Amino acid sequence: MDLKLLTYIIVGLSFVLYIGVAIWARAASTGEFYVAGGGVHPVVNGMATAADWMSAASFISMAGLIAFLGYGGSVYLMGWTGGYVLLAVLLAPYLRKFGKFTVPEFIGDRYYSRTARIVAVVCLIFISFTYVAGQMRGVGIVFSRFLEVDITTGLITGMGLVFFYAVLGGMKGITYTQVAQYVVLIFAYTIPAVFIALQITGNPLPQLGLGGTVESGEPFLHKLDTVVQELGFAAYTSSSMSTINIFAITFALMAGTAGLPHVIVRFFTVPKVKDARSSAGWALVFIAILYTTAPAVGAMARYNVHATVNSAVTASGGDLFATDSALLYEARPEWMRRWEQTGLLKFEDKNGDGRIQYYNDKNTSAGFTARAEAAGWKGNELTVDNDIMVLANPEVAGLPNWVIALVAAGGIAAALSTAAGLLLVISAAISHDLLKGVFMPHISEKSELLAGRLAAAVAVMIAGYLGYNPPGFVAQVVAFAFGLACASLFPTILLGIFSKTMNKEGAISGMLVGLGFTFGYILYFKGIFITPMAENIPANWLFGISPEGIGMVGAILNVVVALVVSKLTAPCPDHIQHMVEDIRTPRGSGLAHSH
Amino acid sequence: MTLTARHRAYWRRNLTLTLSLLALWFLVSFVPGYYATALNDIVFLGFPLGFYVFAQGTPLVYLLIIGVYVLAMNRLDKHYGVGEHRR
Repeated sequence: MDLKLLTYIIVGLSFVLYIGVAIWARAASTGEFYVAGGGVHPVVNGMATAADWMSAASFISMAGLIAFLGYGGSVYLMGWTGGYVLLAVLLAPYLRKFGKFTVPEFIGDRYYSRTARIVAVVCLIFISFTYVAGQMRGVGIVFSRFLEVDITTGLITGMGLVFFYAVLGGMKGITYTQVAQYVVLIFAYTIPAVFIALQITGNPLPQLGLGGTVESGEPFLHKLDTVVQELGFAAYTSSSMSTINIFAITFALMAGTAGLPHVIVRFFTVPKVKDARSSAGWALVFIAILYTTAPAVGAMARYNVHATVNSAVTASGGDLFATDSALLYEARPEWMRRWEQTGLLKFEDKNGDGRIQYYNDKNTSAGFTARAEAAGWKGNELTVDNDIMVLANPEVAGLPNWVIALVAAGGIAAALSTAAGLLLVISAAISHDLLKGVFMPHISEKSELLAGRLAAAVAVMIAGYLGYNPPGFVAQVVAFAFGLACASLFPTILLGIFSKTMNKEGAISGMLVGLGFTFGYILYFKGIFITPMAENIPANWLFGISPEGIGMVGAILNVVVALVVSKLTAPCPDHIQHMVEDIRTPRGSGLAHSH
Repeated sequence: MTLTARHRAYWRRNLTLTLSLLALWFLVSFVPGYYATALNDIVFLGFPLGFYVFAQGTPLVYLLIIGVYVLAMNRLDKHYGVGEHRR
């Protein structure tokens, strides 16, 4: 069966599965719409959280990032897993005990202030929309590459599907579709990895295969390091970022993860405080299955790419610089032709010999440039996009067509599950926090549910529009979403739980300062709506911290301002202090409720 | 609710546990970066150790931290009688 048809069938089947699950688990009350009725088993919630959390970026881009940055890329791997420790021990159990529907609701109640609640809604909407635009774009791209339809068609199909189950099913619907999506995406990620680990190292477990040996008995990582270094690249197992910057980025990603509203609300859906703790652990188990596979996928895919274009990259070794070693462009395999059409792979015959020389021409060490010149190389001729490492991985390794089709379904599952989670927190913030909480306190449950559905529908449209017509900053959304969550919501929630005396003046000014500073810094260097005001280079950075890591400084400012202001203003009322004491004790937790 | 001495003791134990686990979290997250090059000279399971710590070691330690937290908190809840009733 040809690849395109097979891909249509497998992706189509996965859609039938999601729709079936959504119909089975549709929501009938606000409790079901916002928190899935509060009766989700902690393991099930862990799996749903994993799918909710792992976006198109985790699925498609992370292995490629690690493949080319070496373990400098693993700041993402660490930052995105370490956040779950913060969630489990600092936030999830207490917020579950609080037992309400949304993150702004906690902030509004804890700080006895509608203003605080509205500021939190603003933070939430900004974080979630920037994030969801990237997801919709991801859906469109996967569709267009694998199913050969244009991005718009892919986008509309994805929107329709998310619309169907997020609007109909609410939190209950997306919880169970996310479980199905997790299963699809994890198989799609690990099956090719197992095949490739077997091919290269003879060990079916990619995590162990990465530390295994190639046919000649040489350790695989040593082999890969030798090859890439000989071709002028940095060793796979090395890193090149400055220490302070790694520190800041890692911290911002961790605290940002813990402060992302669509992740936090998942912990409102379990029955007990106890379950919220263990559920965070389960989420990390399910995430770690993919994340520990990623470095292996990155390393082996990179090895395979080199082996494809240079015949001297074999277990026994050979002369990488010999003329015959470089692949003849005319003899390139089918997958290279296919990916050239997408623009993710580019060949330019700089020395006109009809062969592909793939190496690092930015390497200026004398010995290396001399060897490259002696071999008649006139510059690197192959440009490989990071994302290929996962998307083309099965094709590069010559795996059967159904595996390639499965990867397409997995990429779509990763993007859809995250998009649905984000759209739901946006709709809850509008119908529950703004409408019921601020503007129409006496709205009936039925009308609130309708408003939630309408808000979700509008949010899908806006997300689709942003995905179709990205405002030029989709690439920067990670810096934005994580930095803002880290600097605004995370410290404010944390202080709300661990400081009994933090008052509303402190919390509001802290949030605004954290948000404003981080937003301003990113704008200053990245220039989202305006031209950047300074070049985004280390020499210009504050303390040498890049915009990706500045959320850490924002978080510190937030806490300092909050503490100072709260000392200078009226103390926190007694009944609020009692509420905080109550949050700290598990006994008496009920189902999540609205009052 | 009224806060008893028992509640205070529970919260103190909780804070001690949380802070110790966060200290461990900090240690594995931020310290190996400084010694990565030196660690890479040691081979572990066929990996240069520094690389292993980043690629697989830290996520596993994170899991361990959460596991310890869940078990220890369940015991604390029971010991101080503040756990949730079975429904």
